Amino acid sequence: MVGKENRTRSYILTAVGVVVALYVLFPFFMVVLNSFKAQASIVESPVALKGASLGQLSKNLNAVINNSNFQFWYAFGTSAVITVISLVLLAVLGSMAAWVISRNNRTKWATAIYMTFIASMIIPFQVVMLPLISTFRDVGKFIGIGMLQSIPGIVFAYCGFGGAMTVFILTGFIKGVPYDLEEAAAIDGCSPEGTFFRIILPLLTPVITTVTILNGMWIWNDYLLPSLMLGQNGRVKTLPVAVQAFVGSYVKQWDLILTAALLAIIPMVVIFLIGQKQIMKGMVEGAVKG
Amino acid sequence: MKTNSAGNKGISLILMIAGLVMTIAAIVLDFMGSKASFRGPLLIIGVLEVIIGAYLYPTLKHHRKIIYVIFLFPLLFAFVVTVIIPLLLGIFYSMTDWTGIRFTKFVGLANYTAMFKDPAFLWSILMTFVFVIINMILVNLVAFLLALLCTSGLKGDGFFRVAYFLPNLIGGIVLGYIWQFVFNNVLINISKISWLVQTKTAMLAIIIVYVWQYAGYIMLIYITGLTQIPKDILEAASIDGADARQTLFEIKIPMIASTITICTFLTLTSAFKQFDVNLALTGGTGSVPNFMGQYLTNGTQMLALNIYNTAVSKNNYSLGQAKAVLFFIILACVSLIQVRISNKKEVEL
Repeated sequence: MVGKENRTRSYILTAVGVVVALYVLFPFFMVVLNSFKAQASIVESPVALKGASLGQLSKNLNAVINNSNFQFWYAFGTSAVITVISLVLLAVLGSMAAWVISRNNRTKWATAIYMTFIASMIIPFQVVMLPLISTFRDVGKFIGIGMLQSIPGIVFAYCGFGGAMTVFILTGFIKGVPYDLEEAAAIDGCSPEGTFFRIILPLLTPVITTVTILNGMWIWNDYLLPSLMLGQNGRVKTLPVAVQAFVGSYVKQWDLILTAALLAIIPMVVIFLIGQKQIMKGMVEGAVKG
Repeated sequence: MKTNSAGNKGISLILMIAGLVMTIAAIVLDFMGSKASFRGPLLIIGVLEVIIGAYLYPTLKHHRKIIYVIFLFPLLFAFVVTVIIPLLLGIFYSMTDWTGIRFTKFVGLANYTAMFKDPAFLWSILMTFVFVIINMILVNLVAFLLALLCTSGLKGDGFFRVAYFLPNLIGGIVLGYIWQFVFNNVLINISKISWLVQTKTAMLAIIIVYVWQYAGYIMLIYITGLTQIPKDILEAASIDGADARQTLFEIKIPMIASTITICTFLTLTSAFKQFDVNLALTGGTGSVPNFMGQYLTNGTQMLALNIYNTAVSKNNYSLGQAKAVLFFIILACVSLIQVRISNKKEVEL
């Protein structure tokens, strides 16, 4: 009897799970399906399979990729460059700063810097975004290198905004790395910077992965910062900004909009499916520590 | 490092002095109003030379300290320039007639009093709170139920986790447009009139989309919490004859109190800052026939979007900045209260 009851229970649970999954995945299904259709058959019935063809998909893809408002490959490349450089810099500079803070955690200045980082995590972007633009404009004028509408400028901004969380998570981890290791290296004649790069940095790989996943999800999908710093129709644009600019100029052209959405979704989904375990673990660890 | 060779010392000093001269020259040139394009590179090379010079300086005693400073400097510099300086400037600008480029006079709290007389802004605050509260409850409830489902030992739970988490991967802008399509073209066959047209249903739509996007992420955190409950406690409970309901309320929920705190905090702060979905799904539109005696057209506009529109679309930077400062204060208060309540609860448990 108990076995039968358990089986019924498991059937019900699976059924619930499937229904929820269908609901969650439904919008994605709509995107994929309607990317295969022309505008007319989308308007006629968005859920019907009728009118979907591979030929239409390649037609839509061509129209979107070569669109002068979207410039998919260019936006994709810009997003990738900005994300990768920011992530590398945040990982290296963040580890360096976190190491200094955790090795001096008894001094007042290190505690003060650490507390400032933690407190700053509560600051919403909205309160700094307007002065940020004017500050960057002034700094750009001063050093003669444009900080707005430029990749170095936005990478610099991401290092500043991502710094607090990165240092916070990394410091927590480095505190657990035994100090004996460094002392042994110092006795063997290794310089402090050598100790850091040869001994500490390799030990940080798991936590750097976590930080990189968290920062990567944020930077890749971020819209507000690039839209303000790079401008809606600026020379340099990231993928979210390009999607917004594209949709703004093609209201109700759902065949093009949904194909653009498909193109914006695919890179993220591919990366996720490759490293899903790591990514889901990293997202949880980041939240639990942050 | 090993030898205090005079050569190293010489190189180090020359580099530092040359770097300082170049840095100062660049700053002086700028203050003299020079537009020479080489002053930027001059400044950067100067600073780099000082750093390299300090690094090469042959001293065993201070080398560690020099390394500490060099290691801390880059990130701290970026942090100060992008967060601290704009924050302080922002608080100052909110009390002036700042136009985004320059300000002419100090106006005290005029911006702050002005925004509280604006019904559209008050409506935004109200909507934000309504959204945050409903959203916090719904996301946590849905996420917790999904976590229970995924840990109940059903087959293929790995697939379900991935499926439920998927929406969280994609940015709010893209999601907003996808759902706009779903509401305007797909669900319209059932609802006759699009949900995004009327303010009330449009708010509901934003909540649905946000729960859809966020619950999968929160679910993962609850799953981690639930799987960390020691197995022997659950076994002991089942031997003592506890039914499923008792196990849930008397053991599972108290055991994951700290996870609940984290999740509440996450949903709270992220819902407050919600911008992308709001912008892409409704753009903040929606009519409100009568609020404080005024007809409003920003029915679904939440705080973050209101701030953005005030400054960027309506070009009223100082007012937008004042609203942002208020937004910061609200967020800070809510976070503090939330942390305090949760700490108390955890102690009691």
